[in-house]
Amino acid sequence: MAVNTQTWWQQGRVAECDDLADGVRRIVLTPDRPVHAAPGTHIDLRLDLDGHRRKRSYSVVRSEDGGRRLTLGVQLAPSSRGGSRHMHGLQAGDVVEMTGPVQSFPLGVGADRYVLVAGGIGITALVAMADTLRRRGADYTLVLAGRSRRVMAYLDHLVETHGDRVRVFVDDEDVRLDVASLVGEIADSAAAARTEMYMCGPIRLMDAIRRAWATHELPGPNLRFETFGSSGAWAAEDFVVHLPQLDRSVRVGKDSSMLDALEDAGVDVMWDCRKGECGICQVKVLDVDGRIDHRDVFLSQPQKETYASLCLCVARAARGGSGSGSADPAAVTLHLP
Amino acid sequence: MTVLDSPPTTAAAKIFNFPRNAWYVAAWDHEVTAKQPLARTVAGVPLALWRNSDGRAVALADACWHRLAPLSKGKLLGDEIQCPYHGLRYNSAGRCTSMPAQETINPSAVVPSYPVVERYRYVWVWVGDPDLADPDTVPDMHQMDSPDWAGDGETIYAPCNYQLILDNLMDLTHEEFVHSSSIGQDELSEAEFDVSHTDRGVTVTRWMRDIDAPPFWLKNMRDKFPGFTGKVDRWQIIHFEAPSTIRIDVGVAKAGTGAPEGDRSQGVNGFVMNTITPETARTSHYFWAFMRNYRLDSQTITTQLRQGVHGVFGEDEEMLAAQQQAIDANPDHEFYSLNIDAGGMWVRRILDRMLQAEGLPAAAAAAAK
Ligand SMILES: Cc1cc2nc3c(=O)[nH]c(=O)nc-3n(C[C@H](O)[C@H](O)[C@H](O)COP(=O)(O)OP(=O)(O)OC[C@H]3O[C@@H](n4cnc5c(N)ncnc54)[C@H](O)[C@@H]3O)c2cc1C
Ligand code: FES
Ligand code: FES
Ligand SMILES: [Fe+2]
Repeated sequence: MAVNTQTWWQQGRVAECDDLADGVRRIVLTPDRPVHAAPGTHIDLRLDLDGHRRKRSYSVVRSEDGGRRLTLGVQLAPSSRGGSRHMHGLQAGDVVEMTGPVQSFPLGVGADRYVLVAGGIGITALVAMADTLRRRGADYTLVLAGRSRRVMAYLDHLVETHGDRVRVFVDDEDVRLDVASLVGEIADSAAAARTEMYMCGPIRLMDAIRRAWATHELPGPNLRFETFGSSGAWAAEDFVVHLPQLDRSVRVGKDSSMLDALEDAGVDVMWDCRKGECGICQVKVLDVDGRIDHRDVFLSQPQKETYASLCLCVARAARGGSGSGSADPAAVTLHLP
Repeated sequence: MTVLDSPPTTAAAKIFNFPRNAWYVAAWDHEVTAKQPLARTVAGVPLALWRNSDGRAVALADACWHRLAPLSKGKLLGDEIQCPYHGLRYNSAGRCTSMPAQETINPSAVVPSYPVVERYRYVWVWVGDPDLADPDTVPDMHQMDSPDWAGDGETIYAPCNYQLILDNLMDLTHEEFVHSSSIGQDELSEAEFDVSHTDRGVTVTRWMRDIDAPPFWLKNMRDKFPGFTGKVDRWQIIHFEAPSTIRIDVGVAKAGTGAPEGDRSQGVNGFVMNTITPETARTSHYFWAFMRNYRLDSQTITTQLRQGVHGVFGEDEEMLAAQQQAIDANPDHEFYSLNIDAGGMWVRRILDRMLQAEGLPAAAAAAAK
């Protein structure tokens, strides 16, 4: 389980692409400097979006021939800033700027039981893990949840490969994933303390699992997750950031992050992971008009509820369901370090 | 005999690379404790080793996720290790379990944890692809903890490439020159030897009949047969098992009593157990022991044999260090082979194939890494 967190850039060529499911493209890349991508790794791509070089991450679904062929599965995001739209426009033969495999979601060895939980496109981070666990002869279960079969990538393939080990939940068939019973079942099993869960999916699903995991007092480190860093409690809206120290206000469009908008406005802010994990971009909140959609995994639930601080890279202000009739955009007033 | 897909290379690299997909001994069992972590580098990978409260040995990468401080300098707190620098804690799977100054744990905070097997008084680790780590492929060293054998050994920290040690053990004619005062004798370089091999093993067999026992063996004979005098038949059967374990079945028996034909009852038999763990391209941990199958209850003999072999191996260590220095001082000179190198060359061929399977070159990178 080499943890490769170092990023280096190279060129890759698109070898193949086709549709995996509604709104999901399969893209096979052949990198210049092939390195095997272990289960859980992703690659970063540098994309030209409206004149800005932006980084977008995609999990490696499959690494073949020592990393000479890397398969990605990319979902077209509903109100995309361009990343996934750009990816969907790629054709065989196109050249992309990409990193080698980056590992921030490594699969462990030696657990008695593994439970993999994929919500929607989150499955891309778990396909290779499931294959590896099957090859190891490990005890594992793969839980797939999605809105409808049409949009669930790899569904048939996974059911065929993993048979009884797969459990499928589909919203529009009214077979919904019941988080409480899934986690309760783990807690009641003999292997409870030696069961590892790997999850990747919408933040609300992951929050619910995290809460259930804590309620049952299962060991925190056994719950592993990858955040795709873009889903929140409410749909993205335009909002305003007030910066009294600079005597400025910056408008954040619904297709931009607060961090991007501040940087574009020339504000010097500190960051590292840009996906709501490290807390380096945390700033103090002085005032909120509306609600904060935190979207990070750095602050604890109680900390989030106090509205005392937020992570610039992922958090948004929103009217949310309640004040959506109001004409004024939501606003936050921040104290920068 | 193997049928070849492609012609083999000569594999005459002087600084030999090491396979990663293999079990290597990281430490003697007693070196790994629940009291404090042990730092040891195996096949280029720095490890922190310790034991959980249930006795299970653990090997984590010896670099904290945060700023890479060595975990081996940290503290053991129950079944967790605490980084000595900013206090991050990890469990035996390498998962961070606590981060100071924040209420959550960064989901990517993990250090690699390596498969470990404890067997034959050693802690073995696998630093390659964990999905290939099959405990059934731990090299056979069963004499180490069998009730039919007794003995003990030590570790040599050898300032040389591991392959030089394998070469040394695969050809024992050097005993005549390096170990003349203990086990060396003229007949060594005169006796014929046989070499055979499989996919993962090489065996070199040498018998010397009707000779005088050298001092080391005369003492052993007298331990079993008090007052023994006379000629002996002497054997050395070298068993290599990939990647770096060599057991040498050695002994002498009263001449003409049928030892070459299989009756060793009139002799003394030992197994020189060697397993070599590359640390860097130019340094190795060389674990050895001398096991015997007679007078099992005598701690005196165990101690005397360990001290005796310690002296013999000290002579090898000096030679190996000098050889490595000469290799490094003469970078444009090649290795040439003699007929006596046949066993060692088969070892190189097997290692070369393992390296090829991992996509690695036979020659280690030039830097002392
Ligand atoms: C480690 C990792 C692995 C990933 N793997 C995959 C993968 O395998 N497949 C895949 O399809 N995607 C994956 N992603 C997500 C991917 O990187 C992109 O975020 C995704 O493609 C959307 O990018 P975009 O530019 O099209 O859309 P974005 O503009 O980023 O918008 C996506 C969605 O988020 C909302 N949004 C817009 N701005 C923000 C903001 N600042 N903060 C929060 N939400 C916002 C939008 O309304 C929209 O619904 C991964 C992300 C990470 C970090
Ligand atoms: S930059 Fe890491 S949480 Fe925002
Ligand atoms: S380096 Fe280990 S906690 Fe900082
Ligand atoms: Fe020797």
